[in-house]
Amino acid sequence: MRGYLTIEQVGKTFDTQSGKFTALSNVSLAIEKGEFVTIIGHSGCGKSTLLNIVAGLSRATTGAVLLDGVSVDEPGPDRAVVFQNHSLLPWLSAYANVRLAVDKVFGKTKSSAERDEWTKHNLDLVHMNHALHKKPDELSGGMRQRVGIARALAMQPKILLLDEPFGALDALTRAHLQDTVMEIHQATKSTAIMITHDVDEAVLLSNRIVMMTNGPAATIGDICQVGLDRPRRRLEMADSLEYARCRKQVLQFLYERHAKAA
Amino acid sequence: MTMTMGEAAKPARLRPWLAGLRLQDKARDCALLVVPPLITIGLLLLLWQMLCSQPGASLPPPSKVIKDTWQLISDPFFDNGGTDVGLFWQILASLKRVCIGFSLAAVCGVALGVLIGQSSFAYRGLDPIFQVLRTVPPLAWLPISLAAFKDSNPSAIFVIFITAIWPVILNTAVGVRQIPEDYRNVARVLRLNGWEYFFKIMLPASVPYMFTGLRIGVGLSWLAIVAAEMLVGGVGIGFFIWDGWNSSLLSEIILALIYVGIIGFLLDRIIGFFGRLIAGRPI
Repeated sequence: MRGYLTIEQVGKTFDTQSGKFTALSNVSLAIEKGEFVTIIGHSGCGKSTLLNIVAGLSRATTGAVLLDGVSVDEPGPDRAVVFQNHSLLPWLSAYANVRLAVDKVFGKTKSSAERDEWTKHNLDLVHMNHALHKKPDELSGGMRQRVGIARALAMQPKILLLDEPFGALDALTRAHLQDTVMEIHQATKSTAIMITHDVDEAVLLSNRIVMMTNGPAATIGDICQVGLDRPRRRLEMADSLEYARCRKQVLQFLYERHAKAA
Repeated sequence: MTMTMGEAAKPARLRPWLAGLRLQDKARDCALLVVPPLITIGLLLLLWQMLCSQPGASLPPPSKVIKDTWQLISDPFFDNGGTDVGLFWQILASLKRVCIGFSLAAVCGVALGVLIGQSSFAYRGLDPIFQVLRTVPPLAWLPISLAAFKDSNPSAIFVIFITAIWPVILNTAVGVRQIPEDYRNVARVLRLNGWEYFFKIMLPASVPYMFTGLRIGVGLSWLAIVAAEMLVGGVGIGFFIWDGWNSSLLSEIILALIYVGIIGFLLDRIIGFFGRLIAGRPI
């Protein structure tokens, strides 16, 4: 099982005060170039732990992650992360936040004018060109997340990692951002892993939905292949049989096979 | 047609009137800011005047203070040699000492604060020492520093340094420790090196804390310099006050106290101003 990104037999054990706690065990997944994969599961199932291992922010206890044939053991701009709470630096404007990443990644390969243009281009992709010089606290939650996405895109990563990026947003803003992410995925053919707990979001955006079992020792329970053509339109999905089938498969997994006592 | 013209003409006629209104608003805002303190100061002076005008009062009333010290107020720049110089020179001498001692404290304090904020080993090793040393009163350092430096000026500067450094260290350390994990993760994903992390993340993220420490520090230095100068002598506002006491010139002491208060206030505001300037946001 070899893909562009290969997660092989990954396990994660934490040392806690009450002994060892196995969060993940035996997770294996191969992702092809250009694929959009979402990971869904109940809270506490280790989704974020898995994403952090792929990002290199946390190390796997067992197993390995390979990206484009190279083993991942530290964070880097080839695996850009869109953090759940945007993580923009509050003293920098939207432009400067993105520019910081661009300068770091392309400081040696692009001229200053090219970097300026690349920064603006990426903010343009997320429709934020109207607020280049606003500080994060002058932006709405959705706009901050857009800038966070622009910053990640601007690193031109091999894979984009989105950690529940829309979790804190209201439903309308969330829908707008989902559309933006679909546009960008369509335009840049980027490879992406996104964590979510929203079934509709997963079906709408993904090529494949990876369903995680409940922890401890969470692993991949099932994978749903979403056979919907792109570009996808939100409104057309209501009548789509394939959409309904995928939605049902994920819901069944989450609420029948691996229901979690609330 | 006439109506359109009328409509167009109206704003033009209104404009100067509106501008006048805005000016009035500004004047009112200004008055709201200035009038209350003027009233309280006036009342306090009146109370002081009344209390100290009675026969047998031990302190001079404000009218007498102004009369006695008019020469000092009107000519702060005279220089008769030795310690007989105008108040401007006295204050300047004190400010010079504070400036040197405080600058050293700021540099060393920020460096040590970053160290114990970053490394838990350094924190565990140094924090207990700092916690004990910071409770030592400024003047208790003076005999030791006189013995070490064998000169009054460096000793006074050392006292300023040792007084101002603790709040700078401790606040900087808090500032560095509170940098959210998210910013560190951003730095890790971007692979910022040590210097880039220091200048692009750590410094801006902890600047408000540093300046809180610097503000407390400058206030303490100004408190300490007056006390230290009383003991070491020479030109300086502290010794001026002590000299006034020895010569029973109470009016001069009161004048000096007012100047000391105003300068302390200004120092605090100046540091606050630089903090806002550097942080780019209110602190």
